[in-house]
Amino acid sequence: MAQVLESQRGPVTGTAVAKKKRRPFLLDLYSTAVGKKYVMALTGIGLIGFVVFHMIGNLKMYLGQADMDHYAEFLKALLYPIAPKGVVLWLLRGGLLTMVALHIHAAYSLTQLNHKARPVKYQSERDYQVANFASRSMRYTGVTVLLFVIWHLLDLTWGVVNTVGADGEFIKADVYDNVVRSFERWPVALFYILANIMLGIHLFHGVWSLFQSMGWNSPRFNEWRRSIAAGIATIVVVGNVSFPVAVLAGIVGG
Amino acid sequence: MSNHLKDIILKIWRQNGPQDSGRFETYKVDEISDEASFLEMLDYLNEQLITDGKEAIVFDHDCREGICGTCSLMINGQAHGPERSTATCQLHMRKFSSGAEIVIEPWRAAAFPIIKDLMVDRSAFDRIIESGGFITSVTGGAPDANLIPIPKPVADSAMDSAACIGCGACVAACPNGAANLFTSAKIAHLNLLPQGQAERYKRAESMIEKMDEYFGSCTNHGECEAACPKEISIDVIALANADYRKAKLKNRKFISRI
Repeated sequence: MAQVLESQRGPVTGTAVAKKKRRPFLLDLYSTAVGKKYVMALTGIGLIGFVVFHMIGNLKMYLGQADMDHYAEFLKALLYPIAPKGVVLWLLRGGLLTMVALHIHAAYSLTQLNHKARPVKYQSERDYQVANFASRSMRYTGVTVLLFVIWHLLDLTWGVVNTVGADGEFIKADVYDNVVRSFERWPVALFYILANIMLGIHLFHGVWSLFQSMGWNSPRFNEWRRSIAAGIATIVVVGNVSFPVAVLAGIVGG
Repeated sequence: MSNHLKDIILKIWRQNGPQDSGRFETYKVDEISDEASFLEMLDYLNEQLITDGKEAIVFDHDCREGICGTCSLMINGQAHGPERSTATCQLHMRKFSSGAEIVIEPWRAAAFPIIKDLMVDRSAFDRIIESGGFITSVTGGAPDANLIPIPKPVADSAMDSAACIGCGACVAACPNGAANLFTSAKIAHLNLLPQGQAERYKRAESMIEKMDEYFGSCTNHGECEAACPKEISIDVIALANADYRKAKLKNRKFISRI
């Protein structure tokens, strides 16, 4: 094997090795695969936080129209009067968008790297031992969730695909009405339910995986990582799926 | 009392050289003892091929007792075959039954180019070891044994990582062609021990960045751990990831002081 090895070692440069140009610290870190995995994990934590709080906020739906609409109003007035209305909300949105962009870019470039690492696939069927459906489908569940989020914004933020927008003026502040009008269409409700199950599958692997990526590993709590992942995924999915079901069953808005 | 297996159908990857496109060829072993190891079965097949005036199948093997890490083979879609925590050399034909169809492929990864048939070049692993898989040792007279106290659990964990034989099954089994288990096992082995502390963070940084040049990235499937003939846990990957993060921060501080 020695002769094959020589070709990969490159020329011998002696003692005067050219110094590698150092990039700014964060760019240098992000240029490595492990660095990108840190970014995946940290932005993942931020996005999990958003998803959990979004679900909890939406539970206001069960308290009635006034509570729900008041909650939407409150979000706009976060930290008011320290900051003008809407500013804090936009800062949070900016953070979210940055995290989404980084999460997607890291995922995309890691996928490219992985495809390059095995240009010729196995020609016979693989027999996977422990890789589960969630870990194998991260790219697909991730893309589904992204498409869903775009639809979700078109539906309830901009009202472009909402029936209120189609036959009248869409009023963003009437959160409760908009949600009810949207979920009364059963195909939309079904799409929400399916997309949230995809989100749950994504979280099931993602939450477990982030501990590995960050190296947060201790025999004392290792066995909890699976349970934490399953717990967060279940709470988010059950909460989110309950909204269209409640509308269709007439519990909310009926 | 040994039994014999009959009519084993083998679909084996044949490739004349690194540039050849390769193809599966089907062979038949009429009768083989169930006490034969998998490699002995291939030896037996090769004897037949040579007798028939055909070219023997090239495959890697050396110690045949599971400690050298030379043998490889993707057997029915599993690295080192269906037996857990064993290398191909210690897989026995009793794991299979008469009339079985067995598909054999080489490891596949960009960093492991096929030399011929089932033999691959794993020298990318050597590049990783060269970049930091060593310690600075004192020269001079031999030191007394047990001069450096090491807590028992630390010695045990380091030994578990040091069990890595560098066979490459982790890369072969990984859906991403990543070498994180190999690299992390080597990092953990030395980074856990007092002797490895001098170069601890330099090691983590240079080995992981060298690994990046050749292999894919870890997505935490856990396939490597399942394929590893030495049952090395993916906990070592978390350890290496943590040390890499610390290394990036610490090395930066050291460099800025110079």
